[in-house]
Amino acid sequence: MAKIKKTIRRINIKADLCNGCRLCEIMCSAAHSTPKYGTINPARARIQIIRDPLKDIWLPVFAGEYTPAECSGRLNYEIDNKSYGECAFCRAVCPSRGRFVEPDSGLPLGCDMCQSDPELETPACVEWCMRDVLTYEEREVEVEEEDLKLDEMKIGLEALANRYGMDEIKDAVARMSQKA
Amino acid sequence: MRYAETGYNLEVDLATGNIERVQTDPKLAETLLGGLGTCLKIMWDRTTPDTHAFDPENPLIISSGLMAGTPAFSSNRTLICTLSPKTNLLAYPMGGGFFAPELKYAGYDKIIFTNKSPKWVYLWVHNDKVEIRDAEHLLGTGAIEVQDLIREELNEPNAQVAAIGTAGELKSYIATVEMGRGSASRMGAASVWGDKKIKAVAVRGTKDVNLADGPAFLEALKDMRAFVDERNHNRLSSKNIMDIHTGVGSPQAMEIVDESWHTGGFSWGNARYRKKDFWNDELEEAWTKIQYGAIQRFISCYACPQQCGALIWHEEDPPYMAKCYSKLSYLFGSETEDQNFSWKILSKSFRYGVDSFSTPQVLAMAVEMRRDGVLKEEDFAATDEYPACPPPEEKQEVFLWILDRIGKGQGIGKILALGTKAAAEKIGVNPEHYAHNITKGEEQMNVKLGMLDPMYFLMFATNEKQSVPQIEGNWTQDAFRDPKDREEFVKDWIHLPHERFIKYFLDWEPKSREGGPFMNPEYPTPEIASDIVDWMEEIHNYDDSLGICCGMGGFCLKPAYHVHNYYKFVSTAAGIDVDQYGLRKIIHRSRNLHRAFQMRRGMTRADDAPPADHWRHRFPELEEKLLTTYYNFKGWNDDGVPTRIRLEELDLGYVADELEDLGILKKVETTDEDKETWESRRKEQWGY
Repeated sequence: MAKIKKTIRRINIKADLCNGCRLCEIMCSAAHSTPKYGTINPARARIQIIRDPLKDIWLPVFAGEYTPAECSGRLNYEIDNKSYGECAFCRAVCPSRGRFVEPDSGLPLGCDMCQSDPELETPACVEWCMRDVLTYEEREVEVEEEDLKLDEMKIGLEALANRYGMDEIKDAVARMSQKA
Repeated sequence: MRYAETGYNLEVDLATGNIERVQTDPKLAETLLGGLGTCLKIMWDRTTPDTHAFDPENPLIISSGLMAGTPAFSSNRTLICTLSPKTNLLAYPMGGGFFAPELKYAGYDKIIFTNKSPKWVYLWVHNDKVEIRDAEHLLGTGAIEVQDLIREELNEPNAQVAAIGTAGELKSYIATVEMGRGSASRMGAASVWGDKKIKAVAVRGTKDVNLADGPAFLEALKDMRAFVDERNHNRLSSKNIMDIHTGVGSPQAMEIVDESWHTGGFSWGNARYRKKDFWNDELEEAWTKIQYGAIQRFISCYACPQQCGALIWHEEDPPYMAKCYSKLSYLFGSETEDQNFSWKILSKSFRYGVDSFSTPQVLAMAVEMRRDGVLKEEDFAATDEYPACPPPEEKQEVFLWILDRIGKGQGIGKILALGTKAAAEKIGVNPEHYAHNITKGEEQMNVKLGMLDPMYFLMFATNEKQSVPQIEGNWTQDAFRDPKDREEFVKDWIHLPHERFIKYFLDWEPKSREGGPFMNPEYPTPEIASDIVDWMEEIHNYDDSLGICCGMGGFCLKPAYHVHNYYKFVSTAAGIDVDQYGLRKIIHRSRNLHRAFQMRRGMTRADDAPPADHWRHRFPELEEKLLTTYYNFKGWNDDGVPTRIRLEELDLGYVADELEDLGILKKVETTDEDKETWESRRKEQWGY
């Protein structure tokens, strides 16, 4: 099996340094708006600060994968004598909470590390965090070819198959082929 | 599409429960920006000279600034605008935190309450859904805990809540509106909340705020960021200015422990005497332990790169968020030096919701009155409701006891809750002796000095917020002794509005025994003092209309915002096509509307006066000259009323008409030559 190089992009979060200014939320929403930097709306941000100020909780969390169903259990973290509510560290865009969904459409939001055209040097949230809470790194790792995730089209097809069933997808593709 | 502003206000009639979402005229932002500017227009249109703070017609406006909700640094101020029961003038305290941007995201620039509610309520604003909700069950709750109670009740952890504590419920003139990280504190605005029976306003918004030219806005912001970054790594030299003023942001009282300047320079007790040798190494060591032991985390306001506040977890006291000068004000008042007491009493005072500037002076006045026998021991005796006041030597406990009476509206606290002036009058003593530290009825900084300072005379006398930090800041408080330091300081002073200011600074000498023409009180001359003070005030006026923290603009040496860059943010965010001179004209318009509003309410030249004992050495003739020169510099007549020429030039002819009809502005025949003279002066002074 051939080894290939893959770039891992990572945002490190030092939550203890967060002072709750929310510039990360503001700039995330600006960078993802159309036209770019045309609108500001932290509710559309792919990073959000879970906050309970008097309890000293300021926790930046990034939007992760969409999940159609709630998980079966809940976690409760006790760290440094502070109690983090259930779901605090969870990145899932999940029906159990309103976080990380487009306010208008309800569609899920996901952190894409600001992959855009033109490419940003670092994600907007990292660029505008002035307290080094968020830092960005890229590193190259060698992986087996098989380990690579499905590419974008396959992911899309898989989602469609989950929703409509494989037979429906096959029929649709067959009909589209005949038209073409 | 509207940019930077939403273009809608929320009008709430508390008597009928009617709520309207009202579209505003885009011309308003073009002529008065937002925040204070547009609040002034509403107050001018909807009140008469006879409207009182507690009349149903008195509007209570909760306003964002024009920049709130945009990424403009520190654009998070929430302005509470109404008539003050304390000064009978305009009250417009501003608080930091997160409320105003959330209001914008909910789709509103302002909430305007009129009339009074028959029962206690709070307002819940969630985008297009707005409801008046019962708050009877929340009565008696503290201004901090009620915010969490409401969030829980609404099941909205991200709602921002502004609320009053028990002091506001009891219509105290020293009450505050608390909003998480910030407090809107001055001139008794919170008592109007109590009068209208509004316990709180909660808001959650998930809508967009639009920028007219996002990429250009971002470029301006990057420039500012570079400046702030640089300044954070290289603060100004503290050779000639205090540590707390070397950075940008509010004075860094949470971070910096060394308070030799405040504690040695400011007055203790009821602003009576100085302790010049108060500070020492032993105290610094003790305070460092206490301060850093109490601070759990440094915190920011919305969209701000600085962290001027702190989450306080002190001993067993309920937690809260502190900022700035409140760290010291109760120590000064109580004449104690244990910083633990500061953190303890602040936990209580924020919950009652009282002003950290005025309240310590009220408490200190009560202590004085007890000492002098003006207040009798029966005023401090136990009742069925509360225990007896501790003996006078237990200074901290006495302060806490009196604060409890104010916060709970019990006994002598009912009277003291009116602030020093009204309380002294009610107690029946000469207010000039006990309530000696006031301007227009509002408690001032506890500062008593020797030699009259011409600039501070003008600032104390004329500032419409009756708070000197709301007008000072961009000019150093003292001259630099070494001319080389002056030369160095002006090298990168890009903030100055005109080159002539460099000469003012280079010429200015500190006071010395030898005396000379370039020292207080002769220098700055009335003309130069007017020029400098007018500029400093202008910066604060931008902040107040744009909703920007004055720690990044007006109340900061060499700040992030200045006359050469405000317009960049306004034009790119709001799409208002202005350069710095166009913006200056807008801010002059709101400043003159403000002045006219105050004069319409009966303010006169005689009211423009600092506390009588602020300086030991006073110069009545020079002071009169200072005032007249400053008035005329601003385009006001000798009575301090804006002239018709000035008002018409600012499209405020209707204001001139009304002032003339009321007999406040004398009708004077003006010729074309008068206008030309004024226009050439205006160009010379302000460049437009």
